[in-house]
Amino acid sequence: MNRNQTHRSRRWILKSLHLLGLFLIMAVICIPGLWIVLNSFRPTVEIMAKPPVWTPTFTLDHYRAMFGGAGEGGVPVFQYFRNSLIVSVASTVIAILIGMGGGYAFARYRFRFKNGYFVGLMLFRAVPGVALSLPLFIVFALVGLIDTHIGLILVYVAMNVPFTIWLTDGFFRQIPKEFHEAAEIDGCTRWQAFWKVEFPVARSGVAAAAIFAFLTSWNEFALASQLTRSVGSKTMPVGLLDFTAEFTINWGGMCALAVLMILPALILTFLVQKHLIAGLTFGGVKG
Amino acid sequence: MAKHLRVFRHSPEHRKKGTMRRRLPEWFVLLLPAFIIMAAVVLIPLVFSLYSSFTPYKLTRPSTLWRWIGTANYEKILTDVKFWAAFGRTILFLTIALNLELLFGLLIALMVNKVTLGQRTIRTILMFPMMFSPILVGFQFKFIFNDNIGLANNALQALGISDAAMPWLVDGKLAMFSIIFAEVWMSTSVFAVLILAGLFAIPRDPLEAAKVDGCTAWQTFRHITLPFLMPFIFIAMTIRSLDVARAYDIVQIMTGGGPAGRTELIWTLMSRTGYVDARMGLANAMGYVSILLSIAFTVYFFKKLSAARSELGFGDKI
Repeated sequence: MNRNQTHRSRRWILKSLHLLGLFLIMAVICIPGLWIVLNSFRPTVEIMAKPPVWTPTFTLDHYRAMFGGAGEGGVPVFQYFRNSLIVSVASTVIAILIGMGGGYAFARYRFRFKNGYFVGLMLFRAVPGVALSLPLFIVFALVGLIDTHIGLILVYVAMNVPFTIWLTDGFFRQIPKEFHEAAEIDGCTRWQAFWKVEFPVARSGVAAAAIFAFLTSWNEFALASQLTRSVGSKTMPVGLLDFTAEFTINWGGMCALAVLMILPALILTFLVQKHLIAGLTFGGVKG
Repeated sequence: MAKHLRVFRHSPEHRKKGTMRRRLPEWFVLLLPAFIIMAAVVLIPLVFSLYSSFTPYKLTRPSTLWRWIGTANYEKILTDVKFWAAFGRTILFLTIALNLELLFGLLIALMVNKVTLGQRTIRTILMFPMMFSPILVGFQFKFIFNDNIGLANNALQALGISDAAMPWLVDGKLAMFSIIFAEVWMSTSVFAVLILAGLFAIPRDPLEAAKVDGCTAWQTFRHITLPFLMPFIFIAMTIRSLDVARAYDIVQIMTGGGPAGRTELIWTLMSRTGYVDARMGLANAMGYVSILLSIAFTVYFFKKLSAARSELGFGDKI
C-alpha cells in the first residue's frame, strides 16, 4: 500500500514537472514574438514610459503612419513589401526549377565525380553572406546590377539552388525507376513521364525546398543591405533599419513593420507545414 | 536478379549511348543551369576576392587594386591580436550555441513527444522562430534587453528580483549572454522539429523488447532511441552549419560588436574592415578565413551525416 502510494506520487510529480517544462518552453518561444505584436499597437509614450505601464492602451498609430507612406519619418513600406515579394517569389520559382533539374540529375544518372560536384555545390552554399557580399558588391557595381531586382534575384537563386538539389535528390532517389519506365511504355514521352509520375511523388520535397527558399530570400539581410541602395530595390529586412536613427529607435514603428514581415511567412508555413517536416527528414535522412 | 538486369538495360544513360551519341549527356544539361548560376554569383566573386586579398585594395582608391603585395594581408591578420580574439570568440560562440541548441532541441522534442493532447498545436508553435528573419530576432532582443525600457529589466524590477537596471547589452559578459540567448532562441526549433520527426519514425518493436527485458528508461534512451535519432540530429546540424554566419545579422543589430569589442565576431570585424574602413583587401583576407571556418563545419557534419546514415542502412538500400 505504502509503496503504491509513493509510486503514484512520484508519477504525479513527474507529470507536473513535464507540464511545467512544456509551459516554460512555450512561454519562452511565444513571449518575444507576442511582445513585438503587442507593442506595435501601443503608443510610443507608453512604450518609453518609465516606470513601465503594464496595462496596454490600444492604438493603430504605428500602422497608420506606416501605411501613410513617406510622411514625417514615414517609411515607404508598400515599396519595400513589393520589392521583397518580387525578389522572393521570383528567386524561389527559378531556384526550384533549376534545383529540381539538378536533383533529378544526381538521383537518376551515373557520371564521373558525382560526389565531388555534389559536395562542391553544398560548399558554395556554406560561404557566409558577409564574406560574399564584399566581392559581390564590387562585381555587381562593375556590371551595373547594384540596386536592381535582378541582381538580388540572381544572388538568392544561387543561395537556394544547392539546398533544393539536396532535398529533391533524396526524393527522386526513392522513386523506383520502374515508375517512369512503365509510363514510357504506355506511350508517355520522358518529359510527360516526369511531370505525371515522378513529380507528384516528390511533391513534399519540392514544397519543403520551396518554403526554405522563400524564407531564406524573404529574411536575408547581410547581402541585401549591401546590394540595395534606394526605395526601388530595398527589401523589408533592410527597411527595418529605416526606423533607427543615430541614437534613437522608433520601436513602435519597427514592431509594426516586423508584424507585416512575419505575417506572409507565417501563413505560407502553416499552409505547407506537413510537407515541410516530411520533406526535410526524407530528403535528408534517406537521400 | 533478372529484374535488376532489365532495369539496367532500360536505364537512361544506357539508351542514350546508342541514339544520341553526339549530344551533351543529359545529366550535364540538367545540371548546367545550376553550374552557370553558381559560377556567376559565387565563384567569380570569390576568385576576385581571392585576388584582391593579395592587394592593398581600398574602395576609396581603385588604383590600389593593381598592386600585388603577396601574403601581407594574411600576415597582418594572423599577427593581429584583435583578429584572433574575434576568431576565438566566434568558435566559442558557435560551440556554446550549437550545443545548447542540440540539448534544448532534444529535450523539447522528448517532452513534446510525450504529449497526447494538443500536440499538433504545440508543434506548430515550435516552428514559430524558424520563420523569423535573423535581423528581426536581433531587433526583437535588442528591444527586450534594452536596459531602460526592455521587457527583461521591467519584469525583473516589477517582480522585485533586481532593483538596479541590468546592463544587458552594455556589459561585456551580459552582452555575450544576450546574443547567445537570441541565437539559441532562433535556431533551437530546427533541432526540435527534426528530432521530433525522428521520434515519430522510431520503430516500436525494439522499444517494447527493451521494456520486456527490463531496461530502465535511461538505458532505452541511451541504447535505442539516441542511436536512431543520430541521423536526424546530424541533418539539423548540417542545415545549421550551412548558415552559421546568420549570427552576423543578430550581433550586428544587437551590439554591433560592442561594448568595446567584447562581442566582436569574425563576421562583424570583417564587415567593419570592409565597409567602414573601406580596406577591401584586408577584409577579403578575413573573409577567406571565415569561409574556411564555415566549410570546416559543413564538411564535418556532412561526413557525420553520411556515416550515421550508412550505419542505419539508409544509405544504399533505398
